[in-house]
Amino acid sequence: MAVPSNLAGAAGVHDDAAGERLERELEDAERKIAELKRITTSNQGIDLAGQIAVLEQRAEALRDAIARDPTPWQTVQLARHAERPKVGDYVAGLVTDFMELRGDRAFRDDPAIVAGLGLMDGRTVAVVGHAKGRDTRENIARNFGMPNPEGYRKALRVMSLAEKLHAPVITLIDTPGAFPGKEAEERGQSEAIAGALIGMSRLRTPIVAVITGEGGSGGALAIGVGDVVLMLERAVYSVISPEGCAAILWRDGSRAREAARALRLTAPDLVGFGIVDEIIPEPPGGAHRHPDRAVTAVASAVRRHLGMLVTRPLEALLQSRYDKFRRIGRLRDLGQVPEPAPSERHASE
Amino acid sequence: MLNWIRRPKYASERRDVPAGLWTKCPRCAALVYRKELERNLRVCPRCNYHHRLSAADRLATVLDEASFVEHDEGLVPEDPLAFVDEKPYPVRVDEAQRRTGLPEAIVTGTGAIEERQAVVGAMEFAFLGGSMGAVVGEKVARSAERACSLGWPLILFSASGGARMQEGALSLLQMAKTSVALGRLADAGVPFISVLCDPTTGGVAASFAFQGDIILAEPGALIGFAGRRVIEQTIRQKLPEGFQTAEFLLEHGLIDAIVPRSDLRPTLGRLLRLCGAQVAPASEASPTQPVGAASAEHGRSL
Repeated sequence: MAVPSNLAGAAGVHDDAAGERLERELEDAERKIAELKRITTSNQGIDLAGQIAVLEQRAEALRDAIARDPTPWQTVQLARHAERPKVGDYVAGLVTDFMELRGDRAFRDDPAIVAGLGLMDGRTVAVVGHAKGRDTRENIARNFGMPNPEGYRKALRVMSLAEKLHAPVITLIDTPGAFPGKEAEERGQSEAIAGALIGMSRLRTPIVAVITGEGGSGGALAIGVGDVVLMLERAVYSVISPEGCAAILWRDGSRAREAARALRLTAPDLVGFGIVDEIIPEPPGGAHRHPDRAVTAVASAVRRHLGMLVTRPLEALLQSRYDKFRRIGRLRDLGQVPEPAPSERHASE
Repeated sequence: MLNWIRRPKYASERRDVPAGLWTKCPRCAALVYRKELERNLRVCPRCNYHHRLSAADRLATVLDEASFVEHDEGLVPEDPLAFVDEKPYPVRVDEAQRRTGLPEAIVTGTGAIEERQAVVGAMEFAFLGGSMGAVVGEKVARSAERACSLGWPLILFSASGGARMQEGALSLLQMAKTSVALGRLADAGVPFISVLCDPTTGGVAASFAFQGDIILAEPGALIGFAGRRVIEQTIRQKLPEGFQTAEFLLEHGLIDAIVPRSDLRPTLGRLLRLCGAQVAPASEASPTQPVGAASAEHGRSL
């Protein structure tokens, strides 16, 4: 009755098999390069520089080919790439005079979320973003960008301050998800996310949300209720990670590649669903290859949208924010269901 | 696909209760006479275990008799992702509809509790784990809008594993959809009472279930954001007994009260009075259509 998923989902230019072939070829080239380099260092007399250069060119071409037209799973890898710009890079590209504001005023400062005020073209704006680290040390310090409840409470506190200052809010989304920890539950992770969602939906100031990397479920959406939602070309946005989805649906986390395709988590998918308003193109090879250019692209898109949003009357803005989220989802209305026979009423009473 | 329509609505077809006269309590393992269990609102008379209730039973146990008018019952999901895991999503929906006799994982409408008017909704955990897709999100949002236009308090009974994976990011965004609608309800000054039933987790917990002005829970209900196994794998340690139960949440200041099932109706009645909810029309024989409801013409008696 339904279209088989492997057909319905395979709309990309190449399928997973072709994508995997490129990955294997790349791995192959990288392995050979490492091998030749090892030989060079242990045998002073042999010069393999020429061969290495050829292989490196080949690897580079393969990386470009993958980045140019990634499969959904490869897009997930690109979105998670350690060298993509991080919240600090975007803050530096978006505003001057940035003043970070810390703490939720109740429990502690969550390093997984950065929030503060800055000047954009002379206008005060608030910036709130998930903070992934660039290396293991920084990632541990920042809890891999996975906020605890106090992170969402800090985010909402700074957004409320922006409202008071009539300052627009810019949010930057890049998280595997809200932290699934014992203390997070004790301090009300659900309540914190629910509070951020309803808080943003009522916030009386313009909001631009940008999905810059990994848009991991409720932990991402919690700072994602924007008047405009933008998404970098190779970012992803999903209800669950492909690994988590595969583990639940097939009891096999290794089928993440399939799950990534089934979940329809790429930027074009999300534009098609009416969830994302605009895709911000990434520089050739991906944001991780030219972080500065990616930051510039994000800053100019944000500037353009904020410029439009701030001219709109507040009530009209809030109404269109309402309509935007209120419409999302696909369903049918079959109308009224026929009355059951009277004897069948209150069957359970 | 649409066979559920031809089924008598809300006919009991509970799979968790064997057809026999006796049923075994999953907690204390006592054999309980089925009729006694039903009389006791499906609470084990031996150990006080609160069995899960269907949406229809939930409404029947709290609402004034014949006061319920269902709304938006014709909303059914589509398959926007053409999602197939072990089965295609439409097949899963179809099976859930046959099994529960319901079109989706929530029943919404208007009703009265101790003669006070309210907009109500009850989730059905047996329908794909009470997961929230576009239809659940839409019915919650419409309920909030209905409460807003009527000025009647909103009461939602949650029972859900979270967002419905098969609808992908569209299901995630239902958290935002319900939030904008409940934000408006808050702006309008209309109270929202959220009742957390077993279980309330994931995207439902992290959206409307925890946006209540007053949050109640049933004894022993599992309530939390992340699943127990996920947390244990993340922190590499065993979680204590009673973690993420209603009692745990009360102790951590996250809910207002734990209400035993036998007290739920009087408690909600008292809260509706305290919230100044409108008195229901005296004649209950033929419930009147609420005036001004967004889709009152679709309303019908249960």
